[in-house]
Amino acid sequence: MRCFRNLLVLVTALAACVAALAQTPTYNLGRTPSAEEIQAWDLLVGWEGKELPPGSGTAQEGAKLYAQKCAACHGPTGAEGSPPPPGQMRPSPRLVGGRGTLNTPKPVKTVGSFWPFAPVVWDYINRAMPRGQEGSLRPNEVYALTAFLLYRNGIIQESEVLDAKSLPKIQMPNRNGFVPARPEDILQSRCRGHRCP
Amino acid sequence: MNAKERGRRRFLKEGAALAGLAAGAIRSASGQTLASEISDVRPQDTRAYGERSRFETTVRTPPGTLSISTPLQDSMGIITPSALHFAAIHYNVPTIDPRQHRLLIHGLVDRPLIFTLEELKRLPSVSRIHFVECGGNTSPRSVVERRGAGADTIHKTHGNTGCSEWTGVPLSLLLQEAGVQKGARWLIAEGADAGKHAMSIPLEKALGDALVAYGQNGEAVRPEQGYPFRLLVPGWVGVRNVKWLRRIKVVEQPFMTKHETTSYVSLYPKLDGKTRWFQFEWGPKSVITFPSAGQRLPGRGFYEISGLAWSGGGTIRRVEVSTDGGRSWKEAQLQEPVLRIAHTRFRFPWNWDGEEAVIQSRCTDDRGEVQPTIDEMAEMWGVKTDFFQTTQNSVILWNIIYPWKVTREGSVLNALFS
Repeated sequence: MRCFRNLLVLVTALAACVAALAQTPTYNLGRTPSAEEIQAWDLLVGWEGKELPPGSGTAQEGAKLYAQKCAACHGPTGAEGSPPPPGQMRPSPRLVGGRGTLNTPKPVKTVGSFWPFAPVVWDYINRAMPRGQEGSLRPNEVYALTAFLLYRNGIIQESEVLDAKSLPKIQMPNRNGFVPARPEDILQSRCRGHRCP
Repeated sequence: MNAKERGRRRFLKEGAALAGLAAGAIRSASGQTLASEISDVRPQDTRAYGERSRFETTVRTPPGTLSISTPLQDSMGIITPSALHFAAIHYNVPTIDPRQHRLLIHGLVDRPLIFTLEELKRLPSVSRIHFVECGGNTSPRSVVERRGAGADTIHKTHGNTGCSEWTGVPLSLLLQEAGVQKGARWLIAEGADAGKHAMSIPLEKALGDALVAYGQNGEAVRPEQGYPFRLLVPGWVGVRNVKWLRRIKVVEQPFMTKHETTSYVSLYPKLDGKTRWFQFEWGPKSVITFPSAGQRLPGRGFYEISGLAWSGGGTIRRVEVSTDGGRSWKEAQLQEPVLRIAHTRFRFPWNWDGEEAVIQSRCTDDRGEVQPTIDEMAEMWGVKTDFFQTTQNSVILWNIIYPWKVTREGSVLNALFS
């Protein structure tokens, strides 16, 4: 019996060895990035908003910025949008309004009617807007513009201060409009094409 | 550029000019009748980098559109020439100096790593032939938006797919070098384009057949395809194949970025206004590329019907063709090689009797899944079929059987949307 147990220990140790081996680099190419190098690129903000940087803004501040940097494409109030500029393919979508249209033949998908996560609004403005000057906005400006869009969509008050703490707590109107509802369930609900339950 | 390099380039330039002169001399000596056709001077040295015959005119931009789509109507075999490969561009096509470009792998890994292109090329590589297809390819919405004009050629209905031989490093190898930690389930792939396009990829796929590809059809990946390298997640909607890849962050949860939560999703009427997100894989799909909408048959007689079939989940096992509006189906011949997650060429001999005919193809993959009809698709969506004639909703992953109508005059039209 003891012999058997020893054997078991040995096998387990061997298995652990193999597992460890599998995790050892084989080719030793590439180098270790510095913390600064990672920081400089690690700017993406996920749905939980854990990566949001310091800073803050309100809709009042955002209104001015919106007029300067966004209104030309998305319209004076954000409820207009616009077709693609000459020579371009992509239209500028409506950002405001559309509540109650999702279950109609003409759904209007805006930040207010469709987007499920407030931190993702921040993330997209931060890295992809405004067109042609992507990545040029400072964190305070992104908070202010996010606040403006949420205010225009009737989700927050005009004076509400958005920052890394308050933004992730905002409940978006269409948060429960997705299947599967929880990001952690996505891997369990794999389906091909439209053959979904 | 140093002096030596400048000298080398000048030598090449002058050499090319001399060669041009020589060619001109030969031409003028060889005959006068063709002189007017061939005497124009070509600016580039085609010995250095070849180009097609100037009598070949197929291009990626269908008339009246700005899209960059594969001209499937002129396709032969299974490989899409890199210069004719479709491109969907969310922000811009960045100009990237490969010597400056880096791939950073970090997050839930034992050893964060940063690679140059040169280092990636030293690693064990693989070449595989795979299609890449935009999730919105064949979407009925573009037809509705352009009032039928979006569907008058196969170029417009099906042109956002392409098939290439991709060469690169398996992503699993790179992740093994970095050492994925316990608890990791996903990774975020990010591009170096203006908007830093980012997508969440399940670790299972990343450790499966995903590739960091720097080669396309025997040369460097084209700028519009992600030069100097891109992510390839075979069989999944094009948008997840992140181009100009610069960063991979290993994480626990998907990030739910804008392009995976608010676009490339399905707002199903059957879900009462709810949306299914994270639909990854293309089902089996096929289409007849000749004769196809926009083409014209000169007269009755023999034609070889030819087309492409592919599936995001495996290998094409069978293609059937109907030339009588779907009443009867006959097996088409599959051209070797028949490869996993790749365009597969099929052929079918046909004698056109000069009468109106509706021709279409349907394929089956090695999972036994059959390409759906538009009625079956409507059922999956929970709508009546005419929903697709009018919807302004975005429709992705549309892989329906697609019929073309040949009129008595020989015109080939879209039999679904006109």
